[in-house]
This record gives sequence, C-alpha cells and structure tokens, in this order.
Amino acid sequence: MKIIGLIIAILTGVLLLSATADFPIFGDPDSPASTHLSPYYIEKTMEDTSVPNIVTAVLADYRGYDTMYETAVIFTAGLACFIILRIFVREEPGDRLYRHVLTGVTVRVKEGAKLPPSDDFERIDTMWTPPDLIIKTVCRLLIPFIQLFGLYVIAHGHHSPGGGFQGGVILGASIILLAISTDLRTAVQRMREKVDAILCPVGVIIYAGTGALCILFGFNFLDYSALAPLLHVDPITARSHGILIVEIGVGIAVMCTMIWIYNILSSGGKYDEGL
Amino acid sequence: MVWQLDLAILTLVVITAVGSLMVKDLLGAAILFGAYSFMMCALWSIMGAVDVAFTEASVGAGVSTVLFVAAVLRTSRRTRD
Repeated sequence: MKIIGLIIAILTGVLLLSATADFPIFGDPDSPASTHLSPYYIEKTMEDTSVPNIVTAVLADYRGYDTMYETAVIFTAGLACFIILRIFVREEPGDRLYRHVLTGVTVRVKEGAKLPPSDDFERIDTMWTPPDLIIKTVCRLLIPFIQLFGLYVIAHGHHSPGGGFQGGVILGASIILLAISTDLRTAVQRMREKVDAILCPVGVIIYAGTGALCILFGFNFLDYSALAPLLHVDPITARSHGILIVEIGVGIAVMCTMIWIYNILSSGGKYDEGL
Repeated sequence: MVWQLDLAILTLVVITAVGSLMVKDLLGAAILFGAYSFMMCALWSIMGAVDVAFTEASVGAGVSTVLFVAAVLRTSRRTRD
C-alpha cells in the first residue's frame, strides 16, 4: 500500500513538474499576466481607490468576493471545530486540584465539589507545572505590544504589507500566548466563549453587510464608492475607507476563530483545562 | 536576489518538508512543519511577495504550529505507521 502511494505521489510530481515547463519564466514581461492584467492594476489602482498597496486594493476591492468567502471559510472552520469537538454532556465530574498560594500545598477536591472562592487557593490544571517567572513576565510585557502591532497591521494595510487576515491572526496569537504562558482559564476570562462565538459571525456580517449596503445605495455588491454620501467623502476615498471597514470585519472574524479553535482543541472540547 | 541564499533556503525547504513527513514523533513533525513554513516565508519575501510572506509567517509558522501542538497534546505523540 505504501509503495502504491509512493508511486502515485512521484507520478503526480513528475506530471506537475513537466507541466511547469510550459509556464512563462518567473517575471517574464511577455507573459499574459504581465501584458494584460498587471498593468491595469499598477496604473489604475491609485486613481481608482487611492490605496498605495496594490495587493490590499486587489484583495479587498477588485477581488472582494474572494476575500469575503475566505472569511466565511475561516468562520466555517471554527464552527466545524465547535460542532465536532465541543463537549456539553456532563460526564461524572472529575477531581479538581487547588493549590495553596503561600505554601504550595496541593489539595485534591473529589467528585466535582468546589472550594469556596478565596484568595488563598488557586485552581490548577492536572498537568500543572510551576510557573516560570521569566516566561510569565516577558509574556505580560509583550502581549500589549503584540496587540498594538496587530491593530497597526490592520489599520496600516493600505500602505504597507498586511491587512485583516494577518492582523487578526496576530491579535488572536496574543490571546493564545496568554493562554500558554498562564493557563486557559485566565485567557477565557479575558475572552469568554460567548463573546468569541458572537464576534466570529459579526466579522463576516460586517463584510457582507458593507456589500449589501452598497446594493441599498443602488450600486453593485461590494462597490464601496456607493458609501460616498454616507461617509461624506468623494467616491475614490470612499473605496479606500470601504476597504478599511471590510478589513476590520476580516480581522475580527479571524481573531475570534483562531482563539476559539485553539481553546476547543487544547482543552479537548471541555473549555476547562488547556495547554 | 542572491542565488546562494536562494539555494540554501530551497534546500532547507525540501529537507524540512521531507523531515516533517518522515519523523515518527508528531511533536517533532509539528515543529519541523513550522520550520518549513518559516522557510517558505523567507522564500516568498525573496521573490518579492511580502504580503504572502506575512500571511505565511503569521498563519503557517505561528498559529498552525500552536494548533498542531495542542492537537498532539490531546491525542498521542507517536504515530503507528
């Protein structure tokens, strides 16, 4: 079976490699893409949308449908993880571990009973390891700056590489870093599951709603120049602002999906104890 | 474009890709896959596709490695085949 798989893989590889011989060489000025498509975007993007970063303009404006459905795919991935992995059925409650903060004595509470909330005891995971001072301090210092950078990437996608996807992933990664450096419950306190699950579709709705708003103004779907009277700017700047609005939607959806998938995956669906 | 750098990164891409398929330890495979993503990110940025490189660095090398590690934590660390 392994040999058949290897033969198929090698055959497909050879087929693909032989097909690349027909491609125009990398950066060929006479290739169809360079003669017909690219010059339009390179020349017209600035006049059409006043966005210096052509990639952002193509992704969010000219090819807005693609990005909208990509966002929908990401949301669907989060939803699929939720439906497949999340466990709501109450099994027999396992033991909970509590640790006395001052002395480090660990207490095992049986049969799902809880200790009364107090400052002396903190709940710990079954796979608990002593917190490392360096990791905790560095993550605490770093997380605000990571989040700030994520917001910068979303907002500055017009001028520099970046945009909703990358910024959203960076924002999500900052919360995941919090979950790794402390524990899952600390991160969940900052970002509850309900908030997470609501913000996921909200991001998609912001994107699709912007497009629907354009229809209401009598333009095509996702033609942001329709938003000009609403934003009190000329149609070209309105397209630039429209790109920013949908990037924010993409960022929210991606951020929440990443956190959601990580929390479900690392806690085995229980949303209780994680990595 | 420096061709020596290009060649070194391409070699590393192939090595890490084959390595992540061959390694029996799934945690090691996840780490190797992260290294592969990072090398691909370097390759994209050499070719001038900075936006793609940024996405590859954040999604491929960053979050997906963490998701793999979380999945390994909840399943088993060794493969059977």
